[in-house]
Amino acid sequence: MRLLRTFLMRLATTAVTLFGVAVIVFVVIRVVPGNPIAMMLPPGATEADVARLSALYGLDKSIPQQFLIWAGGVLQGDFGTSITTRQPVLALVLGRLPATLELSVMALVMAVIIGGFAALTGTRLRGTRTEGAIDVANGMALSVPDFLWGLVLILMFGVLVPIFHISGRVTPSLDLPFVTNFYLFESLIRLRLDLWADIVAHMFMPALALAIPLSAIIGQLLKQSLKETMHLDYVTLSRTKGYGENHVILREALPNAILPTLTLVGVQFTFLIGGTVIIERLFSYEGLGNMAIDAVINRDLPLIQGIVILFAAIFTAVNLLVDLAYAALNPRLRHA
Amino acid sequence: MNLNRRSLLKLSTAAMALGITGLPARAQAIDELVIAYNVTLPSWDPTVGPSAVNPTIQGLYQSVFDQYILQQPDLKPAPGLLTEWGWSEDKKQVWMTVREGVKWHDGSDFTAEDVAWSLARVANPETGSPIQFVWGTLANHRVEGNKVIADVTQFDPTIFKWMYFLTGYVLPKAYYEKVGAEGFEAAPIGTGPYMVEKFERNAFVRLKANENYWGGAPEFKTVTIKFVPDAAARVAEVESGNAHVTLEMPYEEYDRLKGGPLAGVATPISDIGMIFLNDIEVMTDPNVRKAAAHAIDKQTIIDRLLSGYGVKIDTLQTPEYEAYDPSITVEYSPEKAVELLAASGYSVDNPVKFKIQTTKGFKPKDYEMIQAIVGLWRKVGIEAEIEVYEIAKHYELRAADQLAPAAFYNWGNSVGDPTTSTGFAMFGPSPHSVWDGQDLIDMIGPLWGEADEAKRIAGWKAVDKFVAENALAIPLLQYVQPILHAPGVVVTPHASGALLPHLMKRA
Repeated sequence: MRLLRTFLMRLATTAVTLFGVAVIVFVVIRVVPGNPIAMMLPPGATEADVARLSALYGLDKSIPQQFLIWAGGVLQGDFGTSITTRQPVLALVLGRLPATLELSVMALVMAVIIGGFAALTGTRLRGTRTEGAIDVANGMALSVPDFLWGLVLILMFGVLVPIFHISGRVTPSLDLPFVTNFYLFESLIRLRLDLWADIVAHMFMPALALAIPLSAIIGQLLKQSLKETMHLDYVTLSRTKGYGENHVILREALPNAILPTLTLVGVQFTFLIGGTVIIERLFSYEGLGNMAIDAVINRDLPLIQGIVILFAAIFTAVNLLVDLAYAALNPRLRHA
Repeated sequence: MNLNRRSLLKLSTAAMALGITGLPARAQAIDELVIAYNVTLPSWDPTVGPSAVNPTIQGLYQSVFDQYILQQPDLKPAPGLLTEWGWSEDKKQVWMTVREGVKWHDGSDFTAEDVAWSLARVANPETGSPIQFVWGTLANHRVEGNKVIADVTQFDPTIFKWMYFLTGYVLPKAYYEKVGAEGFEAAPIGTGPYMVEKFERNAFVRLKANENYWGGAPEFKTVTIKFVPDAAARVAEVESGNAHVTLEMPYEEYDRLKGGPLAGVATPISDIGMIFLNDIEVMTDPNVRKAAAHAIDKQTIIDRLLSGYGVKIDTLQTPEYEAYDPSITVEYSPEKAVELLAASGYSVDNPVKFKIQTTKGFKPKDYEMIQAIVGLWRKVGIEAEIEVYEIAKHYELRAADQLAPAAFYNWGNSVGDPTTSTGFAMFGPSPHSVWDGQDLIDMIGPLWGEADEAKRIAGWKAVDKFVAENALAIPLLQYVQPILHAPGVVVTPHASGALLPHLMKRA
């Protein structure tokens, strides 16, 4: 009951948050310098041309009027039309969302695997040189930003040993039988492993570039939590019962130590999606981030609004899910 | 299929190996040409919206659509879909003869109706063409046999030049009316050398050769253009053999790779780098403006910062343009700059101060060039503060006439007419002009409608001379476009900067 009430409260605050984001974004992108009409018109245009095109794109009205028109459309599922692509914003954004989600999830999985392995190995071999080497690697992974990792990966696996694709999401010459834009997922469902391999070969480097810094964070936090847990009485008790070190770490310590990491993973996932903006651009990956950069460069106001609102919705939804998962997994909260 | 964990792993490994070995190799014979392009293509309609006036996208449009008049790689016009064109004696009408025997990509006949409809469509303000102010000077478009006639509502000597410039494309009347704007966006057709086979926005476009192209079938039957905005990734694409051609990379990278595993071509294009001077604050003092112009060592900046890839210019015309006058020069003379500043009471110890705005990374070494210029200015008694801005802000400030006293900008003019360079840049009443001096307005005003071509060009040369002598703007350089390509491809560069796959051949 308490969980349901929390859920409903969070839903209500989410709606308020999204409204606030919409207002801020709407006003800010219209107030900062960079008018799409000024960018579109060539130098020979007159004031009358400016007025004509401003009216055509609905930019001749006051900001509150524009907001009311836009908000009215949004309530009916119409996020407007992109100025540059002349396509409905909602269709554009939803069309790109799967690519970004797949990339983010793949990066998250990589980060959890790499970080988790580093943490478990470091805990198992604590006090040895291996733990020291893991700490050094962690520090390096954390101190280099993801786009630099991207450049390093392009050099290594794109140029020196060209085994992965540098740009795009799939090889252009391939015929795609997909009905959704979740290419990776759908290729698996259809057992089209040739397509799946091609998609992975495209996603590998951008996903790894995103995963490396996150894996370091996960590795550090999980190792710290594990070390603290290893000193607790119940862990000592299981050792006295004769369980081996691997069993103690994996079965006894890990379930408790993982909770703070889980919260962190949830929060970091939202940052991971934000990080796709730069990485998608670097790898010309056809996701939301890449589209966001084009939208900002071209001052495509309706598209910027749509993308930001969607990002905000994802952030709040992920945070909500993390809170619910935390509540479900934590016995103290579950039985409260 | 019985799929367990072991078999899935085996299949995945095999498929991954297939995917990996499927990567193109530079050494292999080129069946499918792959180009790593520097911009994305937001929209397929080349006549409306921001994409239509984006010069960097025109190469993509020209692969699929034809312009009314063909523009050759040296910027000169040639018969295209129009084979002949001209004005009536009294300049009250224009006439155009339409090429016969041309087919649209769907196999239907291209006719004079298509030309008349295309012109009327962009002249209609409701269509939303950003260049409606040009196309609107023609009205009452009609077809007479294979000729199109239109009435001239306002004489514009450059109207036929716009027919191979921004938005000057012929679209299919019957097809467009049948499928509408949305249908055209989804499945565009033209009369151009390539047909659109597959298009993924923000990712790639796959083109198939138009075997019936009136200009001859292209050599490469399939072309994939990948949109790779990041320069480092583009270079990696050609270096790894994933792409055969790319453009617009740092000159250092171009020098590193050309002559090694890759070939390269770098030729001047129609983009120039310049500094706008605004008639505000200290810039109203002619001594300050002239000193600023004389203190810039353009050639050294080109040699040191751009590895020599640039052509020094002293007017807003490049050598390829019709109104280029090589006799107009602005000497690099720090001594003269010091003298001029001294005459206005300024010196190194008492420098004149103003702000200069610049983009950073929008054009090659733009910010570094301005840093170098500010350094040269400092030596003669000019203390300029650099403000970095985005190109979008530049447009807005310029439209509102709120640029700083000096502002760096790049100006493109692929038709090479002086109206679209000096004219638009320097004519005060234009919302995009920065210098608003009445003397200049009086000089330029009559040239807009000048029907005598020789007199018109001579008039623009006089304007350029006036601009240079009074330092009303500071032209810096004509850009050079670097193109890297696999040795198996021969690339013909186009002075407009458009990278055109149908001009590429096998070596």
